[in-house]
Amino acid sequence: MQKRTTILFVLLALLTLVLFAVDMMVGSVDITAREVWAAISGGACDPIKSKIILDVRLTKAIVAILAGSALAVSGLQMQTLFRNPLAGPYVLGVSSGASLGVALFILGAPLMGWASSSTLSSLGVAGAAWIGSAAVLALVAAVSRRIKDIMVILILGMMIGSAVSAVVQILQYLSHEEALKSFVVWTMGSLGDVTSSQLWLVGSAIIAGLIIAVAAIKPMNLLLLGEAYARTMGLNIRRTRSLILLSTTLLAGTVTAFCGPVGFIGLAIPHLARIIFRNVDHRTLLPAAALTGAISLLLCDIISKLLTLPVNTITALLGIPIVVWVVIRNKNIV
Amino acid sequence: MIRFENLTLGYGSRTLIDSLTASVSQGELTALVGRNGTGKSTLLRAIAGLEQTLGGEIFIGERPLADLTAAERASTIAFVTTEKVRIANLRSRDVVALGRAPYTNWIGQMQKQDEEIVMQSIAAVGMSDYADKTMDRMSDGECQRIMIARALAQQTPIILLDEPTAFLDMPNRYELCTLLRRLAREENKCILFSTHELDIALELCDSIALIAPPQLHILPTAKMVTSGHIERLFTGGIVNFDPKTRSVSVK
Repeated sequence: MQKRTTILFVLLALLTLVLFAVDMMVGSVDITAREVWAAISGGACDPIKSKIILDVRLTKAIVAILAGSALAVSGLQMQTLFRNPLAGPYVLGVSSGASLGVALFILGAPLMGWASSSTLSSLGVAGAAWIGSAAVLALVAAVSRRIKDIMVILILGMMIGSAVSAVVQILQYLSHEEALKSFVVWTMGSLGDVTSSQLWLVGSAIIAGLIIAVAAIKPMNLLLLGEAYARTMGLNIRRTRSLILLSTTLLAGTVTAFCGPVGFIGLAIPHLARIIFRNVDHRTLLPAAALTGAISLLLCDIISKLLTLPVNTITALLGIPIVVWVVIRNKNIV
Repeated sequence: MIRFENLTLGYGSRTLIDSLTASVSQGELTALVGRNGTGKSTLLRAIAGLEQTLGGEIFIGERPLADLTAAERASTIAFVTTEKVRIANLRSRDVVALGRAPYTNWIGQMQKQDEEIVMQSIAAVGMSDYADKTMDRMSDGECQRIMIARALAQQTPIILLDEPTAFLDMPNRYELCTLLRRLAREENKCILFSTHELDIALELCDSIALIAPPQLHILPTAKMVTSGHIERLFTGGIVNFDPKTRSVSVK
């Protein structure tokens, strides 16, 4: 059992490295593995290719790894917290909150007669998305302090999400074509919008979220048996909820802010990790989900570059079969 | 020992148990009986610290329950709820190991001693052969035993169980209650469980706690039989209790 787990971790880590390298080779310009290595290690390399690798592809591949693990880990947290196999990083309204922020920024600002031009930086979009998702999560968190039943919180999260989506639709309906298009493009998701100067911000937020997730490993294991059992074993349920909500804001909120709402990774990957590792102990499952998430998003990015399609369409097409399989097969999977 | 002082339980304006003063003894198996909706689960949940009381106080030993920290409570009181736990890919030994949570470090690392306690607890409920099986492939009786083993691994002087015999067949009910009685006596635990099996309770338990709303009476089993409280429990219904044969029959 332990041995199998170790072997799986080593294999997945190797696969991550391979896909990381492949991800840098694939794109509009084909670059060989040797050139990639030369560019990174500072060896002799075509300066243009070197620039492509260092300025664009390296950042994007790192973003894929960070975003993939962030979404998978926050999905795992939500599935454990809500004891629901169909929970994901977006059940609490993270993505709709982010959409609202972006919609207000891209669609709302022109409607209000404020300047709307390409000079609005991508950091503005990301900032708006971050504020939007944090606001929705703060609302859910504030409500959850007063409510005991976790299912009520889940329903509230979904209702807030729906209400926010309706507002976003109104904004879309009223908006001009150009603003509408840039909003729709944001909803399709992209790993390439993070500049190398923003990478440290994305990276530190996600790493902070992951550290909090690690601190919540024991509470999450206790939650496997449900809240009543967890509390009789000494778990502080409010503190645990706050920790997990904070972690999710940092993880899913950051990814959504900078890459758009990347669907299905958070929902499907924790299940994939459970299936591969045949284990529900979060000490194994959390790193397993993080690694599997990183691999999946790298893979999705490679495919999306090969087919020149938005990454969201690929994550959906690859993720949906897993979710369907879980739903059909599911008998108390969480 | 659990002691109630002027304890009042209920929801909002509805009082289930009013001004209860009584105690449940250490080293004894006590059955909590009463009709549906009279507050058996509420009382157990209140002792476990999961429910607010409307008034009065619950004492654990000499200390008020409210003064215990979450960690102290976890090492004093274990609770087996009615909730069915069926988790795919979770071995029963891992479920029992969760009972060690109050004693393990921040990430729940098990020491050698913890592993031993887990295996002893599984052995105590007669499930050693099932330690590596996952709970989604076990029967209700087997799962119930594992959940009791988890409570044992928590090493608490008090164990509460909410209807542990529900979903079990007749031989399993008797086996389970015999097991609980043995644990109470041999390990000097205070075990309180709610049940609708009056015959088993009268046959195997040292004491009976009977809810006759809004009162609760706790008496040694023999005294409870002759006290008349059980007959009154059935007043107005279609069944009778005969204290001589200790059995229930239709009028």
